[in-house]
Amino acid sequence: MSLWTKHYLLEKNSIFLVIGVLIVIAIGGLVEIVPLFYLRSTIEKVDGVRPYTPLELAGRNIYVREGCYNCHSQMIRPLRDEVERYGHYSLAAESMYDRPFQWGSKRTGPDLARVGTKYTDEWHRDHLASPKSVVPGSIMPAYPWLAATELDFAHIQDDLKVQAQLGVPYTPAMIEQAIADLKTQATTDAPTADELAKRYPNAQVRDFDGDPSRITEADALIAYLQQLGAQVNFKIYDDKANIR
Amino acid sequence: MTQSNAARKSITTGEMGTAIAFAVLAFASIFIAAKAYTSEYAFHAYLFAAASAAAVFKIIDRYSSRPAEPPPLIIDGKPNYNMGPVKFSTVAAMFWGIAGFTVGLWAALELAFPVLNFDLAWISFGRLRPLHTSAVIFAFGGNVLIATSFYVVQRTCRARLAGDLAPWFVVLGYNFFILIAGTGYLLGITQSKEYAEPEWYADLWLTVVWIAYLLVFLGTLRRRTEPHIYVANWFYLAFILTIAVLHVGNNAAIPVSIFSPKSYIVWAGVQDAMVQWWYGHNAVGFFLTAGFLAIMYYFIPKRAERPVYSYRLSIIHFWSLIFLYIWAGPHHLHYTALPDWTQTLGMTFSIMLWMPSWGGMINGLMTLSGAWDKLRTDPVLRMMVVSVAFYGMATFEGPLMSIKAVNSLSHYTDWTIGHVHSGALGWVAYISFGAIYCLVPWLWNRERLYSLKLVSWHFWISTIGIVLYISSMWVSGILQGLMWRAYTNLGFLEYSFIETVEAMHPFYIIRALGGALFIAGALIMAWNLWKTVQSADLALSVASPALQPAE
Repeated sequence: MSLWTKHYLLEKNSIFLVIGVLIVIAIGGLVEIVPLFYLRSTIEKVDGVRPYTPLELAGRNIYVREGCYNCHSQMIRPLRDEVERYGHYSLAAESMYDRPFQWGSKRTGPDLARVGTKYTDEWHRDHLASPKSVVPGSIMPAYPWLAATELDFAHIQDDLKVQAQLGVPYTPAMIEQAIADLKTQATTDAPTADELAKRYPNAQVRDFDGDPSRITEADALIAYLQQLGAQVNFKIYDDKANIR
Repeated sequence: MTQSNAARKSITTGEMGTAIAFAVLAFASIFIAAKAYTSEYAFHAYLFAAASAAAVFKIIDRYSSRPAEPPPLIIDGKPNYNMGPVKFSTVAAMFWGIAGFTVGLWAALELAFPVLNFDLAWISFGRLRPLHTSAVIFAFGGNVLIATSFYVVQRTCRARLAGDLAPWFVVLGYNFFILIAGTGYLLGITQSKEYAEPEWYADLWLTVVWIAYLLVFLGTLRRRTEPHIYVANWFYLAFILTIAVLHVGNNAAIPVSIFSPKSYIVWAGVQDAMVQWWYGHNAVGFFLTAGFLAIMYYFIPKRAERPVYSYRLSIIHFWSLIFLYIWAGPHHLHYTALPDWTQTLGMTFSIMLWMPSWGGMINGLMTLSGAWDKLRTDPVLRMMVVSVAFYGMATFEGPLMSIKAVNSLSHYTDWTIGHVHSGALGWVAYISFGAIYCLVPWLWNRERLYSLKLVSWHFWISTIGIVLYISSMWVSGILQGLMWRAYTNLGFLEYSFIETVEAMHPFYIIRALGGALFIAGALIMAWNLWKTVQSADLALSVASPALQPAE
């Protein structure tokens, strides 16, 4: 009986109740979240993973804007059918520069974690303009406005600056050259491609949307899609190095 | 005019401070709009400017027409309740509910018939689905929670709502947040964090509104004339506090510029995933559960005219529920790059959560002891009791799906969507409908609802809708999960992805039909409530109602 009357302390004093609630709800979150900033398996570094190029970042922001995560996951689970369908299971490191993460929770469409280099740019262009033209049974909406809209990259340096503040290793040179790098990447046989490759190893450089006269949102989005999951070379990846 | 009275009318610091703050916000918004990076953001800045200017005007207008004295706390020995904000939120809940259900139906039809996307950016599925989820959870559910919490806290404390402008600021400010969030999605302004899509400036605004909400609630608790805080208020308080913590933690972001709608989250990758589902699952746990359990703890005993079944059970229910829920987030991340131990913790606590959930369900259901016959005669009570039964079902299914082996099949499929809707339609919406059916006659001084028969129709039509919805999603979800992992006897994957998409088509049609029935029920409800308010012959004949009219 005495324990029950002790509860009166909480139900007769709103401030005690507030403090009690805050303590009780803090525990679970702290135990589960804080270690993730220290454990090796969640802060692993894997060769090949690099920050997004300005063009890829702009493309990612379009992916975010259109809410692609509503239907597409970017997280391959280590299950036999998924590994065979999509490729090597996703590593924590592969989304270390993702703000926000886009693992998703629903596969109305297929997983996109390793869609990079799987299809041609032309396929992506047709697919975005009219999904049914390449996949007749598709229920994906068409995105014809992407190829018709010029990419707004006037403020892309600000994006890199903020990410650098948050700890993404964008160097002052990368921020300085952001607009130039963006234009370079969207140009086939760009003379400055070597410069870009120095800052962003293995960046794919070409005109992605089939219209060399201008840089569109389709350029950016396809550039982003084509590098998804393609940064790590799994032929030489040592999966024992970061056992999880 | 009351100028001749002893008390001279003077503007309060609250009125003055709020008016100045809004005036500053109006000018700042116009400045930002002028230099905005995108036209969509400029549009939002102008909305902020217009709303702020309207607020300044309204505060001055209200001051000039109000009496010198603040409204009395007590009239004739009875508390002078402030029901204006409650009424506003109740109407807003009904409006957003129907809007949110309709958007959901449209999104469902887009999946069945993709031509309905019409190649238009602003109604493409990726932008419409967050509009649906936010409209039903935060606009409909949120307004129900604000309305009922402001009602319940006043009645159970026997005290007038704290604050003069503050309750109106909470109610109007919250609905303004909804407007910004919703139009933002359609225009492509989103963080793409599930159930936390609004961008940084909307999040900041909501934080201010939410702190005001907490202060109004705590202030009213302080005014209480009862020594004990009623159990429903514990749940409301836990809901308000925890949502504040979750909202701030999950939306910590740095804007690209004050002139840009875009921001980057301070968390990245696996840490962001964990923070997101710590938030996401507890949006379920505290917004959609604790808050609505508070409704259960007030409205079911009130409607059944029976006391809560067990006081001790409610203590155990409360503390164990809020302690265990917080741990359950990682079950959204099974088999991902999140460490195994975190996943297992999430699963374990999700299974343990079954017990307090059912403890609460038992406490709600057993409150009907001695009053079970009312289920036959009172369709409003029936709706609330069925909602508690759905709560029991959804909180059994949830722990089941959190088991890793089950989750490996169910995750990424429609089973999750079905599960969410058995909770959202069956539990959250039904307990809300029940509460609104109770509230409207109380708030507008009607002796009863216009028609109990229409409530019955609402109940049965929407129940059939729910059954169609969740059973079609069970079938499509489990079917698709099994097709993804099916192998031929030669050891190849049996189905291409697109074959599994095509197999979903009939179930998507059945689901849409279920949703349409649910909307039909809600429309009947809105009509019934409208007639209740409109019918003067239902008015209570009490000479002077103690309620203060809406301001």
